[in-house]
Amino acid sequence: MAESIEHPGHAGGHDAPHDHEMSFWSKYIFSTDHKVIAMQYLFTGMAMGLIGGFFAYAFRMQLAFPGMEVPGWGMVSPADYNSLVTNHGTIMIFWVAMPVLIAAFGNFLIPLMIGCDDMVFPKINRLSFQIFFVSAIVLLSSFFVPGGAFGGAWTAYPPLSANPNYSLTPMGSSIWVVAVALEFIAFLLGGINFITTAMNARAPGMKLYDIPIVVWMIVVASILFMASVGPLIAGAIMLFMDQNIGTHFFDPAYGGDPILWQHLFWFFGHPEVYVVLLPAMGITAEIITVFARKKLFAYRTVLYTTFGTGVLSFTVWAHHQFIAGIDPRMAHVFTITTLLISIPIAEMCFVYVATLYGGSITFSTPMLWALAFIFEFLIGGVTGIFLGASGSDIYFHDTYFVLAHFHYTFFPIAIIGTFAGVTFWYPKMFGKMMNDTLGKLHFWGTVIPFNLIFIPLFVLGAAGQHRRIYNYEHFPELSAPWMQDLRQVATIALVVMLGMQLVFFYNFFASMFRGKAAGKNPWKSNTLEWTADSPPPHGNWPEGLPNVYRGPYEYSHPDRDDDYWPQNVPS
Amino acid sequence: MRPIANTRTAAGIPTARLAVWWVLASEIVIFGGVLASYLMQRMGNPDWAAEAAATNVWIGAFNTFVLLTSSLSAVLAHHAAEHEQDGKKAARLLGLTILGGGIFLCVKGFEWYTEISHGMTIQSHPFWSFYYTAAGIHASHVIAGMILMAFVAKDAAKGLELHRVELVGIYWHFVDVVWIFLFPLLYIAK
Repeated sequence: MAESIEHPGHAGGHDAPHDHEMSFWSKYIFSTDHKVIAMQYLFTGMAMGLIGGFFAYAFRMQLAFPGMEVPGWGMVSPADYNSLVTNHGTIMIFWVAMPVLIAAFGNFLIPLMIGCDDMVFPKINRLSFQIFFVSAIVLLSSFFVPGGAFGGAWTAYPPLSANPNYSLTPMGSSIWVVAVALEFIAFLLGGINFITTAMNARAPGMKLYDIPIVVWMIVVASILFMASVGPLIAGAIMLFMDQNIGTHFFDPAYGGDPILWQHLFWFFGHPEVYVVLLPAMGITAEIITVFARKKLFAYRTVLYTTFGTGVLSFTVWAHHQFIAGIDPRMAHVFTITTLLISIPIAEMCFVYVATLYGGSITFSTPMLWALAFIFEFLIGGVTGIFLGASGSDIYFHDTYFVLAHFHYTFFPIAIIGTFAGVTFWYPKMFGKMMNDTLGKLHFWGTVIPFNLIFIPLFVLGAAGQHRRIYNYEHFPELSAPWMQDLRQVATIALVVMLGMQLVFFYNFFASMFRGKAAGKNPWKSNTLEWTADSPPPHGNWPEGLPNVYRGPYEYSHPDRDDDYWPQNVPS
Repeated sequence: MRPIANTRTAAGIPTARLAVWWVLASEIVIFGGVLASYLMQRMGNPDWAAEAAATNVWIGAFNTFVLLTSSLSAVLAHHAAEHEQDGKKAARLLGLTILGGGIFLCVKGFEWYTEISHGMTIQSHPFWSFYYTAAGIHASHVIAGMILMAFVAKDAAKGLELHRVELVGIYWHFVDVVWIFLFPLLYIAK
């Protein structure tokens, strides 16, 4: 062991034959290899995404065709409806966006991109996934307990969530809290690994400004998560005690304070948006530089903007609470900080456009996803201004305008950003190319229906359609025929979009067997992961870990014949 | 097998110590959340002082003394491990620290028993809810620290993994510091 540490070149040589003797269980299920753990997170996230998408299908059908027997679910009762929307939100944010964007890409990319053989703590990494997996099972189990799954919305506002007499889900609400708390522990363990690995285990020669933007962004996102989730962990303990041992932290009937939960929740909840946004932004940066064959415009500015976003994201949380009875003077402060935070994000978008400007652009499938991310996220960002300004938020609060707004932020992040990353790194993950025609079909089949779902919901929200209502037939002013038509448009578009995901899954799995061999560097990219074999073996570079000589974005350098200049090639 | 990544120190700090600092950073915000919630409620409800008056400052002060003293032996254990390379001595000193944690928990148990038997339970008033919750989360960290120290001491006695003596010491100091915040906020502030 000591020998392999001193001579990096021998480490992989030791490992490689050992690898073949491993059983299926120790190679794929209890592996400590960062790439296997990344795949575990990716596949678990995809499976949870299917469940979350199915929930959306069930409750959207109820909204478009009230009282109809939904194929695959049956009658959606009011209690079903509440637990479906609650768990759709919970799953999509905590069990899809987080595991895929932070954990799957973080695990796969950080060691490969900074040129080391694994995470610094591989066993803690494995433990992190195991806790995460248990948390997913715990959450799903809540659908099978007496009273059913929690239905008090993914924000779990008390007193509804704190008192079973109100929520009517005595076990479901506690299971929800436990599952979320376990998930937080999993990501704290993973985040500590990511941060320490990126800080300490970089390849010789890789200075701070030579680290690819996506690694920086995943690390900053992990720090944001770590710094924001503590109060909510404390809040989750308090909520669990309110539910189960009779404390009254949040129940106003006994001297508790329900607004306290809102502060604890959103102090985490708003930085959380940036926790998932930053990795998607980073993935986009990697893709557009490769497919525009241009150096990233203003690397350092992007970096400082990322830090600025991170700091500001801790000062905006109360914009979720403008109508919760907070002091109007405080609302002014939070309006200002909220409008301020749109500046760094807008700056990133401008930087990406400047990177594209004058580049020789290839519209490959990953590039289409990356461009769509910038375009669609922009709509989400711009509609956020209406909600960040306390004056207009009082009107829009809790309408479908809010819902459409945050789907225009989270969908580009969690779905478009993920597809961008998966289609871009697929050759490295599995050693094969995906089918480009099917990839483009899936792209248009996802992005067009996505807009057809949420543009009608913007219109409905602006017309005053309130959220979390089971059946709009009970509200004469909200059941005008044109409104019901728009609801049906959104629902049909959702069904089309879900159907189009079959194309992706076919392409994803069929390409593993039938795809064209990818080679080490199919996109002619500079970053270190493309210098390893596809897929990289355990230890990543059995022939010896790479050294780094330059930054990651030296494309189309005037002194070079090739239009790229890998980081590991000596000058 | 330890990956090569684990042996690199690009930031100039040993990886394990760096990780401990990040663990503490994540712990700070957890306790920060509890204490900020408590402070907000306490400032908004001056009448809680009547409940807080029933806490026993002397017992709290004694426990503060015990816990801070237990950190001294953790520091001496670090010294023994790092400068004298004496794992056996480090293990004995860590044993003293574990003893300190044990006394702290026994006193706390006695204190809670008395309070609960006088009707000051976790349900009786929001002040007591915070009192038991904050001290309870802290006590769970004391227990975790004692268990970790027992493992580290067992290895250190055999001369193995001596650098972990320092790491567990850092963690123990953090547990102390949290108590230094809890003691005035829960006991002294009337």
